[in-house]
Amino acid sequence: MAALINVPTKAKRGDIIEIRTLTSHIMETGFRHTADGRLVPRDIITSFTCRYNGSEIFRADLFPAIAANPYLSFFTVAKESGKFEFEWIGDNGYSSTASASITVE
Amino acid sequence: MTFWRAIATAILLVIGPGLLAGEIPADARRSGYSFMGPDTRAMQDDDTSNPGMLFVLDGETLWGRTMGDAGKACADCHGDARSSMKGVAARYPAFDKALARPVTLDQRINLCRANHQQATPLAYESRDLLALSAYVGHQSRGIPITAGGDPQLKPFVDQGRDLFMQREGQLNLACTNCHDDNYDKRLAGAPITQAQPTGYPLYRLEWQTLGSIERRLRSCMSGVRAQAYDYGSPELVALELYLMSRAHGLPMETPAVRP
Amino acid sequence: MPTTRRQFLSLAGGVTAAGTIPIVTLRPLEATPAMLTAAIRNVVGEAPIRTGKVKLDIPPLVENGNTVPVTVSVTSPMTADDYVKSIHVFNEKNPQPNIGNFYLNPASGRAQVSTRIRLADTQKVVAIARLSDDTFWQVTADVVVTLAACTEEMN
Repeated sequence: MAALINVPTKAKRGDIIEIRTLTSHIMETGFRHTADGRLVPRDIITSFTCRYNGSEIFRADLFPAIAANPYLSFFTVAKESGKFEFEWIGDNGYSSTASASITVE
Repeated sequence: MTFWRAIATAILLVIGPGLLAGEIPADARRSGYSFMGPDTRAMQDDDTSNPGMLFVLDGETLWGRTMGDAGKACADCHGDARSSMKGVAARYPAFDKALARPVTLDQRINLCRANHQQATPLAYESRDLLALSAYVGHQSRGIPITAGGDPQLKPFVDQGRDLFMQREGQLNLACTNCHDDNYDKRLAGAPITQAQPTGYPLYRLEWQTLGSIERRLRSCMSGVRAQAYDYGSPELVALELYLMSRAHGLPMETPAVRP
Repeated sequence: MPTTRRQFLSLAGGVTAAGTIPIVTLRPLEATPAMLTAAIRNVVGEAPIRTGKVKLDIPPLVENGNTVPVTVSVTSPMTADDYVKSIHVFNEKNPQPNIGNFYLNPASGRAQVSTRIRLADTQKVVAIARLSDDTFWQVTADVVVTLAACTEEMN
């Protein structure tokens, strides 16, 4: 699925940087019904993780109250050049990943 | 139902007597953006926080993907959309000589699929059609709208204007009653805009997805308790064409974000 | 039972987020304050919850309850000895009281998260932070949700 990741490409060592992610997902709550009365089954992203050169720097548990196409923004200290890896996990075996690189000087 | 009475009263208060339908002069035309709060504006302003951009990304992928029996991608004929599609959406709906009527950008994409890609048409409001039209529309961002200028379109623009002025539905309201005569006021808690179609397909928070102008027109029609025209119907195309000609000069914002 | 405004709008307005499947959002149970309390106790346990340190940025008047931008920030030096372990956001009246749990660490640098949430109605939103010393701090915001004037098509 499409994801939009915003990570600065360059930062100074020790800078606090903002990371923003936006990913495509319907986030069906599981509380809605079709016109003929059937419950639309829940289909949401339940977990998001961000790793920086392999170690987890941010994690979130998401619930049906998170809007469709989940947006998350959080911070980290730029400590070294390398890679951010993002992972979204959800209902029905949903899994999606993205990554972004940073140069730290 | 008390709510029905409340909404009827609210509408009467808003509309009041003397329903003069006046077109909005060029220097008073304002995008729906100017009616939004700062949070919704911020969502549109930054591409990495605008969920409509997810569809633009998907559209970019589809643009380069071969489909249909002809084994062609959009890019095989049109090349790089960033140059070939620049300004195109600002001119749509456009007159199609073979069909002798205006076609919308969505219809043009499906005509291309049928005639050049030998692919099946994409359903209205399907993710792929929205993604492609968002991607094409995005290439016109910032470009002033010029649609409707072609003299061959005149009867269709006129048809659209007539529909815009025509009262309909159980609430017996025309588009003009709200969007020409009462913009800047409120209907329930929501601001009434000028109905300038600058950002379609757009991400509507209410929908939590991207949607076409036809979807928006249809929801206005059910808002006044009228039978909505079908997707792709000549009436909806004429209305879109009129709205685009009425927005002449306003810059495109695709994909816009609206409440 | 008389039809309330919210129920009416839910019935009339809740068609098709999914495009082709017409969906009627008969909103079921609202999370009761008891459910909210239970959800909070589930995270906090029996620990006392103090007011302060946490800031909740949420528009007091929301243009559409389906997508509400929220930012939670916590006053903290974010050092190895003194940092925010987690931030938890709850609501009062959605069908379910939880919104999100966000886990931080000293390397976060700044204890701040933003997301977009759904609020079914005008209600309270609560944000709670757990600090590294296992104290809990909270803030509450009242949010007024405007309902769309025109309903979606009844397909």
